[in-house]
Amino acid sequence: MKKNTLKANQSSFLQRIHIDGVLFLGLLALMAVGLITLYSASGQDPGQMERQYTRLGVAIIVMVGMAQIPPMAYRRLSIYAYAVGLLMLIAVLVFGDIGKGAQRWLDLGFIRFQPSELMKLAVPMMVAWYISKFTLPPKMLQIGTGFALVVVPTILIAKQPDLGTSLLIASSGVFAIFLAGMSWKLIGLVAVAIGAFAPIMWFFLMQEYQKQRVTTFLNPESDPLGAGYHIIQSKIAIGSGGVDGKGWLQGTQSQLEFLPERHTDFIFAVFSEEFGLLGVLGLLAIYLFIILRGLIIAARAQDAYSKLLAGSITLTFFVYVFVNMGMVSGLLPVVGVPLPLVSYGGTSMVTLMAGFGILMAIGTQKRFLSR
Amino acid sequence: MPAKRQLIRDHSAEANLFARRATIAFLIVVAMLGIVLSNLYVLQVKQYDDYQTRSNGNRIKVLPIAPNRGLIYDRNGVLLAENRPVFSLEVIPEQIDNLDETMEALTTLMSITLEEKESFYSTLRGQRRFKPVALRTQLTEEEVALFSAQQHRFPGVSIEARLSRHYPFKDALTHVLGYVAKINKKDLQKLVEAGQEANYAATHDIGKLGIEKYHEDLLHGSVGYQQVEVNNQGRIIRVLSTDPPVPGKDLVLNIDIEMQLAAQKALDGGRGTIVITSTDTGGVLAMYSSPSYDPNLFVHGISRKNYSALLNSPDRPLINRATQGQYPPASTIKPHLALLGLEQDVINIDTTINDTGRYRLPNVSHVWRDWKRWGHGEVNVSKAIEVSCDTFYYDLAYQLGIDKISEAMFEFGFGEFTGIDLYEESDANMPSRGWKRARFNQPWYIGDTIPVGIGQSFWTTTPIQLTHSMNTLVNRGERYVPQLLRGFRYEQGQVELEPLKSLRPLQISEPKNWDIVLDAMHDVVHGEEGTARHAFKDTPYESGGKTGTAQLFSIGQNEKYEEDEVDERLRDNAMYVGFAPFDDPEISITVVIENAGGGSSHAAPVARQMMDFYFRDREFIQPVPALADTPSSGDVSE
Repeated sequence: MKKNTLKANQSSFLQRIHIDGVLFLGLLALMAVGLITLYSASGQDPGQMERQYTRLGVAIIVMVGMAQIPPMAYRRLSIYAYAVGLLMLIAVLVFGDIGKGAQRWLDLGFIRFQPSELMKLAVPMMVAWYISKFTLPPKMLQIGTGFALVVVPTILIAKQPDLGTSLLIASSGVFAIFLAGMSWKLIGLVAVAIGAFAPIMWFFLMQEYQKQRVTTFLNPESDPLGAGYHIIQSKIAIGSGGVDGKGWLQGTQSQLEFLPERHTDFIFAVFSEEFGLLGVLGLLAIYLFIILRGLIIAARAQDAYSKLLAGSITLTFFVYVFVNMGMVSGLLPVVGVPLPLVSYGGTSMVTLMAGFGILMAIGTQKRFLSR
Repeated sequence: MPAKRQLIRDHSAEANLFARRATIAFLIVVAMLGIVLSNLYVLQVKQYDDYQTRSNGNRIKVLPIAPNRGLIYDRNGVLLAENRPVFSLEVIPEQIDNLDETMEALTTLMSITLEEKESFYSTLRGQRRFKPVALRTQLTEEEVALFSAQQHRFPGVSIEARLSRHYPFKDALTHVLGYVAKINKKDLQKLVEAGQEANYAATHDIGKLGIEKYHEDLLHGSVGYQQVEVNNQGRIIRVLSTDPPVPGKDLVLNIDIEMQLAAQKALDGGRGTIVITSTDTGGVLAMYSSPSYDPNLFVHGISRKNYSALLNSPDRPLINRATQGQYPPASTIKPHLALLGLEQDVINIDTTINDTGRYRLPNVSHVWRDWKRWGHGEVNVSKAIEVSCDTFYYDLAYQLGIDKISEAMFEFGFGEFTGIDLYEESDANMPSRGWKRARFNQPWYIGDTIPVGIGQSFWTTTPIQLTHSMNTLVNRGERYVPQLLRGFRYEQGQVELEPLKSLRPLQISEPKNWDIVLDAMHDVVHGEEGTARHAFKDTPYESGGKTGTAQLFSIGQNEKYEEDEVDERLRDNAMYVGFAPFDDPEISITVVIENAGGGSSHAAPVARQMMDFYFRDREFIQPVPALADTPSSGDVSE
């Protein structure tokens, strides 16, 4: 009895601040795993740990903040966010700073800003807004327009060039269209179209370093000290972890620095090396739990916009997981996608948590209208 | 109104549609995570062993550790070859904040030359920043002291020590010990052929000459290994395990350094050699070849100039005259021929000839002269040895014939390697019919035989062969291979003796003949007319010996003569072979002094000097306490 009351009180407090307790629990579990792994991957660097704590704190605050905004407000904001994001992407191509050989940053004088991060949320918002104006399932014309809304920013970001982000943004839009009920026949057609688009990408859109990543992915051993080094060392780290891992802080591939990018994009290799296949099973369970919760929130949402947006954000989160694990374990070419909420790094984490904030807003703020 | 109709939505149908799609999406998610998981299963379970191996291959490196080279002692425990630390000034670039500033300060302090700097910077470019780079090798003690006092000013700069071979007696033992020097390509190739390259993986130097080369396998030891964990830069993080190297064996030589130094002093830089052995073991007590040179020059790489000086010196310091010098034995082999004559019954103790100073063969116009122009008169075999009568031996050689002489002298070891533990040995030449046919495509003439009787006519021997053959005489046929190696030294100076190397004894039918010959050698020293009687006047001990004076030969066949040196180089080689004490011989000695003149006046006094040294300054040779008495034959205690 007492226990139940307590639980009820707790959930009512969380409800008051529009936080989905179940989802939040999953995210906290993930962050905990991330911090434990980062402590090892960074070589017990207190500086890096501190910066990561700060980022997580900021990200949680952002999430809570985003959760307070009613879903209808997001709906109204969609078109403006998308328009501003698109303009900024064009601005980046024209004026942007070059960092790591790619133009991604826009210097607004007081703040350096990565417009592609905004688009990660603006694109699914825009597509959801547009599709939900019409009855579901969407018609041919709406699907075509929806794809156009996705393709334009995708190409702009791919040209920066940032293959990872453009892939994430393209998927977020496509997920919204898919969830809206795009017919299977059309899905088949689109799949064929993408197949046809691939060679065009290869010859006209992809930069040399991106092509190299793909060839290296297809045969990493062809260049073991050059481009293939990342993948080979990563696979060695994962494979040598075995079933139960080498133990926390005991991963030789990571501790002895054979593994490159070990605290950022390749942190999954560190985790696999030290915690083994059993640890990986646990981590996958947490991710699956979060995704399941996200989809439940989406399914329970009251209007089409909320459903599409919540579903899209959740599935895009999965794309992060799949692409990162796939590339680190040699299933996919190396594109710069972090392991969500585990990898060291700021911008993408804040964006992700902002997305979860929107998800929580949708999940907790109901309009009590008849269905 | 179409626009209005669009606003009328079937929320329930849309919700169902979305729920279906969300379910399908979730199933796809599960399926794709399944793919990821199955891939990880392959990596972490199926291919675990492979990746485990590659992971260890990444982090574990095996480093060889060089064994310490065995030391070399003389028979009394005096260190002849040691491993000394040499110091070098080393810089670890990573640990230095401002390399240019540091270099400038070092230049001022240590007077670093421009060349040293250039070589430093070129090494620096090709190396990891945490690896030390040598700025100067072989620091002097003053330089070590100078830097040590200022060390605090130079973090990242240090003095490192490495063991390096040193020969404290310098040129006194060069031809015995040889030296070590850096392993070169040819050495490496030999090591590879012998399957030894792994054993030398960490070794810097290898024996190039002398004992250092001959007993390389004993002195070197076995390589050790260290398993270390390295990071991706190759930096050693920690040592996982160590398999320590087995140091080389410490050798004890038969050499007595005091005798050796005495021999060096006796020869006084002139061209010649002295060999002294223990008669009852064949152990070499002293072996000095003069002139010599400092082997330490070679250890760190000799300069081109110094090497060229050694190589082109007309005195040929690089060869070991004791084992490589080929000298006509001259009269020193008369006792051997006498023994052969007695054994063959060509002569007996009563056979005499009347020496007029001239010897002729029937129907041959050539006259062979005795060294004493008017001859020795009536002489028998003993007297002929005592006074070194040539005519008696011309006739003896004539009567024996070259075939019997060759065969018998081979038995004494002439024309063959003695088997001393040095690679620098010549077999010299014992002439024979077959040899002359092969060498000159000429028949052996009777006239060739006559001078063989006085140890000339194509006959050459090395001083070690002379020593060896005399030991055979003194030991009445027992034969021991001359040996430098006496045994191995263990902790607390205990020595395990090497077994003696004995050869098939020389057997004769009439043992009394030994006495005839040896008594005659006694008379050479103590007889009224003995050729060495002046040299050995009033010795407190009795000895035996034989003088020799070889005409007109020099050691090398390709030697170029300087016009103004010809005279000196055409002078006789003075020779002496001897043993003492006469009744119970302990040592034998061979002295050869090139172009000095007569053996009795120039070689015999040197031999006496050495024997005096042996008997006066050391009544007995003190054997080093033996760990185990292992000789297979003979008696090792002296």
